[in-house]
Amino acid sequence: MIQFEKVSKRYEGGHTALQGVDFELSRGELAFLTGHSGAGKSTLLKLIMLMERPSAGHVIVGGQRLDQLPRRQIPFIRRHIGVVFQNHQLLFDRSVFDNVAMPLEVTGVPHRDIGRRVRAALDKVGLLSKERMNPIQLSGGEQQRVGIARAVVNKPPLLLADEPTGNLDPGLSADIMHLFEQFSQVGVTVLIASHDIALIRHMERRVLTLRQGRLTSGDSMPDEEVLYGR
Amino acid sequence: MAANRGVSRPSQKPPAKGKERPAPGRGAARSRTPLQELLGSYLSHHRKTAKDSAQRLWRSPVASLMTWMVMGIALALPVGMLLLLGSLQGVSAGWDSTARVTLYLEQNAGGDTLDRMRIQLASRKDITDVTVITREEALAEFRASSGLADALDYLDENPLPDTLLLTPSADIRNKQGMEALVDELEQVDAVARVQVDLGWLQRLNTITDLLGRGVWALALLLGAAVVLVIGNTIRLAIENRRDEILVAKLVGGTDAFVRRPFLYTGIWYGLGGGIIAFVLLELTLWWMSGPVEHLASLYRSQFELSGLTFEGTFALLLASVLLGWLGAWLAVKRHLDAIEPNQIEAGHA
Repeated sequence: MIQFEKVSKRYEGGHTALQGVDFELSRGELAFLTGHSGAGKSTLLKLIMLMERPSAGHVIVGGQRLDQLPRRQIPFIRRHIGVVFQNHQLLFDRSVFDNVAMPLEVTGVPHRDIGRRVRAALDKVGLLSKERMNPIQLSGGEQQRVGIARAVVNKPPLLLADEPTGNLDPGLSADIMHLFEQFSQVGVTVLIASHDIALIRHMERRVLTLRQGRLTSGDSMPDEEVLYGR
Repeated sequence: MAANRGVSRPSQKPPAKGKERPAPGRGAARSRTPLQELLGSYLSHHRKTAKDSAQRLWRSPVASLMTWMVMGIALALPVGMLLLLGSLQGVSAGWDSTARVTLYLEQNAGGDTLDRMRIQLASRKDITDVTVITREEALAEFRASSGLADALDYLDENPLPDTLLLTPSADIRNKQGMEALVDELEQVDAVARVQVDLGWLQRLNTITDLLGRGVWALALLLGAAVVLVIGNTIRLAIENRRDEILVAKLVGGTDAFVRRPFLYTGIWYGLGGGIIAFVLLELTLWWMSGPVEHLASLYRSQFELSGLTFEGTFALLLASVLLGWLGAWLAVKRHLDAIEPNQIEAGHA
């Protein structure tokens, strides 16, 4: 589903965010991406989202090489990728329903289908009863779940999450992770950037570790030593 | 907790409110083709965006009204001047075809000379019509229209000369032809003075031409100002909706999708400005029509301030909408494409 081939990213000004990153994620896989702040986690996610372009190497998502994709095509790739942010990027000038409906409106889903699909997504994250509320009235955990509903409402085959539990307490974090697990069970590839080591250990999934822009573990299947820090 | 209500059983949920339709229309049951479906949703999105943009303007009525007023005034000014100019050109065009030469005879010329000259002039090929106004007729008319009847009674004799009004034929109705005719007529002994309307008509023509260019230049400048005003207003709107733009781009909104609401906003500004301009013009014309009619009657002119025709109104609104759209397009081109989702995480490590 995701394939990185010797991907490097150097920003203008000389900062190297990623260097020779090689890994592959298959369909339905759930993996964590970890590393210190500035190790390149966000950059890696941005390369998949086409928010950045690699300086070298190839990024292949869903069998499509992204590094030479014309700018015009970018929106159509993004429609197949759901993204969850730490600060959830919800819009406070509209209801929960309208927030979740955005990806559907963008893709031109017929109006009568939007309601059904938005409510299905909200039901999935357990917020069906709050569809008419403004996201600002919700708790942090609920806001994050609205963000997740928005990310999955058009059933993307790939789900990215950048520190989705960064602002949440452990109990809520576990709920969120459980949601991600459920998505991966139905065939969605999930990549979660996080530095919540305790949570990652608990999940017992594959972990990609970045250190100063290089992938130091996880390019193959999970390594016990890395997972459990032995 | 709530989270594990999810994935496994969304289908057990009763249909949501407003969706209870007999036999769910998913898939095969629909008669519309995918293309129709796509077109339908495209059009419905346009409708929704247009409506939403209009509602946003209504929600800040004072700010919107101010923008509309600026546009309206900037448009009404050149259009009003063009209308005035059109009326003036109507005057000179009407007179151009009936340019006349007026011959004033000497006071002592007498009726015989007048008759002789009338016959002589009427036989010329370059003069199509000769009208005689005798000094008695002229006095009677003057007495009736000038309001100086009492004063005239004190005069011993009629101060007005006999007058011949000549209509030159079309082929000499140009500068050289008229000058030649005037030179010739001035040589005649009995003629005291020759007056041609053409002189000031030409001047009026030149002046209106000049004014016309000036007005168009002004229209161009004000049009540019309108575009800039709308552009700036849209730029602010873009800044206000920055988050929304980022999210829309992030979930796969095309550039066209993201631009659409702002282009519609520009169109609504344009339409509102056009309507304001129309109202301003009509009010001004109504306010001015009385004095103008009076003035025209004093000059015995058919001059009439012409208002906007139906086509003119349509053209004004169309131009106004186009200017609004153009301003929005410039702002969108300049500022929207610069908002890219890679700025989204500026706030976090």
